[in-house]
Amino acid sequence: MTTVDNGLDPAPSAFEGERMTAPQPKPAARRTRRIRGGFTPYSLLAPAFIVLALITGWPLIQLVITSFQEFGRAQVFGAPPEWIWFENYADVLTDPVFYAVLVRTLVFSAACVIVTMVLGTLIALMMMRLPKGFRILLSVGMLLAWAMPALTATVVWGWMFDTAYGVINYILVNWFGMEEYFQHSWLIDPLSFFLVAGIIVVWGAIPFVAFTLYAGLTQVPDEVLEAAQLDGAGGFKRFRLIIFPYLKPIFLIVTILQVIWDLRVFTQIFALQDIGGIRALTNTLGVYIYQTSIAGGDFGQGGAIAVITAILLMSVSIYYVRQVTKEEEL
Amino acid sequence: MSATVAPGQQVGGLVAETGRTRDARRTGGGRRRVTTWVLSAASVLLFLFFVFPVYWMVNTSLQPNNEIRGADVNFWPEEFTLRNYATVLFDPGRTPFLPAAGNSIVITILTVIISLVFAFLAAIAVTRFRFKSRRTFIIAILVIQMVPGEAMIVSVFRVIDGWHLLNTIIGLTIVYIATVLPFTIWTLRGFVNGVPAELEEAAMIDGCSRAGAFWRVTFPLLAPGLIATGVFGFIQAWNEFIMALVLNARPESMTLPVWLRTYLVANGTTNWAAIMAGSTLMAIPVIIFFLLVQGRMSSGLVSGAVKG
Repeated sequence: MTTVDNGLDPAPSAFEGERMTAPQPKPAARRTRRIRGGFTPYSLLAPAFIVLALITGWPLIQLVITSFQEFGRAQVFGAPPEWIWFENYADVLTDPVFYAVLVRTLVFSAACVIVTMVLGTLIALMMMRLPKGFRILLSVGMLLAWAMPALTATVVWGWMFDTAYGVINYILVNWFGMEEYFQHSWLIDPLSFFLVAGIIVVWGAIPFVAFTLYAGLTQVPDEVLEAAQLDGAGGFKRFRLIIFPYLKPIFLIVTILQVIWDLRVFTQIFALQDIGGIRALTNTLGVYIYQTSIAGGDFGQGGAIAVITAILLMSVSIYYVRQVTKEEEL
Repeated sequence: MSATVAPGQQVGGLVAETGRTRDARRTGGGRRRVTTWVLSAASVLLFLFFVFPVYWMVNTSLQPNNEIRGADVNFWPEEFTLRNYATVLFDPGRTPFLPAAGNSIVITILTVIISLVFAFLAAIAVTRFRFKSRRTFIIAILVIQMVPGEAMIVSVFRVIDGWHLLNTIIGLTIVYIATVLPFTIWTLRGFVNGVPAELEEAAMIDGCSRAGAFWRVTFPLLAPGLIATGVFGFIQAWNEFIMALVLNARPESMTLPVWLRTYLVANGTTNWAAIMAGSTLMAIPVIIFFLLVQGRMSSGLVSGAVKG
């Protein structure tokens, strides 16, 4: 039915059917035979397609249209929106507040991604060397952290960092004698607000990274590592020259997912602001869109910010999509 | 064969776990032993770091509110009480817990069932059939998965408002189905691919119809995939916050995350004990589900994505 294709270009050779090039080790690209089904595949796809078109496709088009319109409270109540071309974008792109939010988001996500990836990798490597009991203990701990809903986690961390009765201040003052933390407010200062937010994000993100990398690490053949060890490669060298190349695809995808998730962080920031941050000084892109459009009522400008955010995120995701389509037989 | 399986590669729907069966593969040497001890101690510290917030939530929720507002901090509930749970569950305040829990349960169950059925059908279409624009559809699924929900809140709000579905269970459920579908289709597609079509063909030679072969041979083999994606949908729908905040803000239609936020804002920093009780009640179902499927989640999340 389908032609057998192992992904190799025909190479010149003296012998029929032989190749000069060494065959690339193609990972399990077994081409499944597919049947022609007339209408059947389309009807199977229809329900999913309709839902996605209505709830994702159509709003996406709407979003772009709105971003070119004057669309405020009056328009919500029926006034016809005025087409103003790029005015919303011009407003947003000349607004210093937007750049402050943008830079804040970029710096915060970069810090979160780096810390998460470094700690996650170290924990995964550590799990390889731990005795079984300790490994299970650590796994259970990480599972619990992973399972906590982001909102609940934020509320709990917010309580732990509470000014008057928080356990963190208590420990710092009573166990470590740091009197300056008595009644210390963690959320008022934007920098320490983002420190707390960062702890919450990293705490929730490490388990995914560590488990995924650990699953990958268990696949690195022992023989290769042992051979390298015999040849005198130290721990860091083994990681750089053997483990990292083996896990590169997993590293890449996990990192990209972290970048995307951290760039669109909403719940943690929003809930921490509820607990005690100064909104104007701690907004990130996701929260800023909400503030401008839903809370502020300016759907046009909110739409423009949303489109800019979407473009930013999509340009990161293109790497993800390209990586995945490269690895996968579609 | 498992030795040759590449990292994260799917084998029969599950990610291969060659597993490190020999735990003590590097024994001997005093230095090694010291390293092991240091690492073990570090793992205990890390365990405490990950578990402490969860413990602190439960610990606070089991103490009287005046007790946690003292000069001292109690590291375990010295004055054990379930009063906070009673307050959260049965206090008929402005934001009652039980209706919100009911909304969450109904919306979550509907989302899981409907998205699984839709995604299952779509996964069969893209794996077992050849048709025009098949590749386009798969890439579109990947791209849609990346569209940030935060950017879409405004227009989704207006679309749902246009259908007069704001503050309804149906409205939020449809939105959640659309949110969950891309990932679910993508993952199930990987699982269906993991079952060789030859198995079905063998069954057809033995006299099954194509649908019968699929139903009797392939479907049972997909159970792990369906469970993993079902749990993913459950967690998404149960935890989702932004869309629920925008679409179902009224007290009678809100879900648990919105309830928790409202409760937090309403009580401010005055009743942390009750807030922690509410948080515990909201987190428990997710934690239970997570523990049930544990390892499959991480591999499931990347299994569709990483091969080799």
